[in-house]
Amino acid sequence: MKNIKLPNTAESKLFKAEESTLIRDAVHDDLTEIIKLDAQNTGIEKDDYWQAAFDRFGNGEPGFFLVAETEYHFCGYILGEVRAWEFGSPPCGWIFALGVGNEAREMGVGSKLFDCICLHFKNVGIEKVRTMLALSDHLNMSFFRSQGMRGGPFIQLEKNVSD
Amino acid sequence: MKLNKATRFALFSILELASKPEKHLSATEIAKKYDISSHHLVKVLHSLVRARLVGSVRGAGGGYRFIGNTKRITLLDIAEIFEDIRQPPVEHEAADDTNIGQALSQIMHEIDEITIATLNSISIETFLKTMHYYQEDLPQSTS
Repeated sequence: MKNIKLPNTAESKLFKAEESTLIRDAVHDDLTEIIKLDAQNTGIEKDDYWQAAFDRFGNGEPGFFLVAETEYHFCGYILGEVRAWEFGSPPCGWIFALGVGNEAREMGVGSKLFDCICLHFKNVGIEKVRTMLALSDHLNMSFFRSQGMRGGPFIQLEKNVSD
Repeated sequence: MKLNKATRFALFSILELASKPEKHLSATEIAKKYDISSHHLVKVLHSLVRARLVGSVRGAGGGYRFIGNTKRITLLDIAEIFEDIRQPPVEHEAADDTNIGQALSQIMHEIDEITIATLNSISIETFLKTMHYYQEDLPQSTS
């Protein structure tokens, strides 16, 4: 096989990172790193939330809780489930958490996590994937747009229950 | 929400130039492809040159070329060169201060917020990479 020498550019860095990134099901030992990364990204440490999320989705049913690791180091996670018939919405995949460590950004880790969870959804017969984001969450909005996601036929509404 | 003419011309130009990074394109070539006024387009391109998003080379084989960062520059960045999208001109209209007028303003503000966030989330690279999804939804031509 011809030995191709990659130039030392961002592209080759991306290529190498994609090659060496492994996506697997989350295990209980990942929770410490997941909680730490989520706290870095959101500013709030939510131990109970993540423990409950793992108890509910950690075994592959009824959702998918995946982590990314590069050279045996944890570098990201994605969490989603199948939701059905909310105001007439046929079964679809819902992604409700995604995090990639700062040091692993722009290396294709998020894309690989996204592709992998979409494959899981597809394997259980799902054709559409959705998510909900804060309008101010530029980072995740840009990421999901770059994966081909766009405005859909549903809209998020809210009110103060005390009004 | 409708983008003004200069913004639309700028987006056509930037996206056309960024999709052919190896080429220099003349204003006439771009104007012809999008059936727009080349006179107006030249003014828009000059603004893009001043904004350091487009480079120009004079003479034979010259033309314009995108020189910005396709991963970083968003549709909002380009639109904001030509119009104040974040703060549209406030024209005080009759009944704006009434309860109904104020509620109506809030509803229009909700829509503006979504518009801004959407334009700000789509980079040049993302646009070019994902535009085929929009084309797939177009009704098929019967001709």
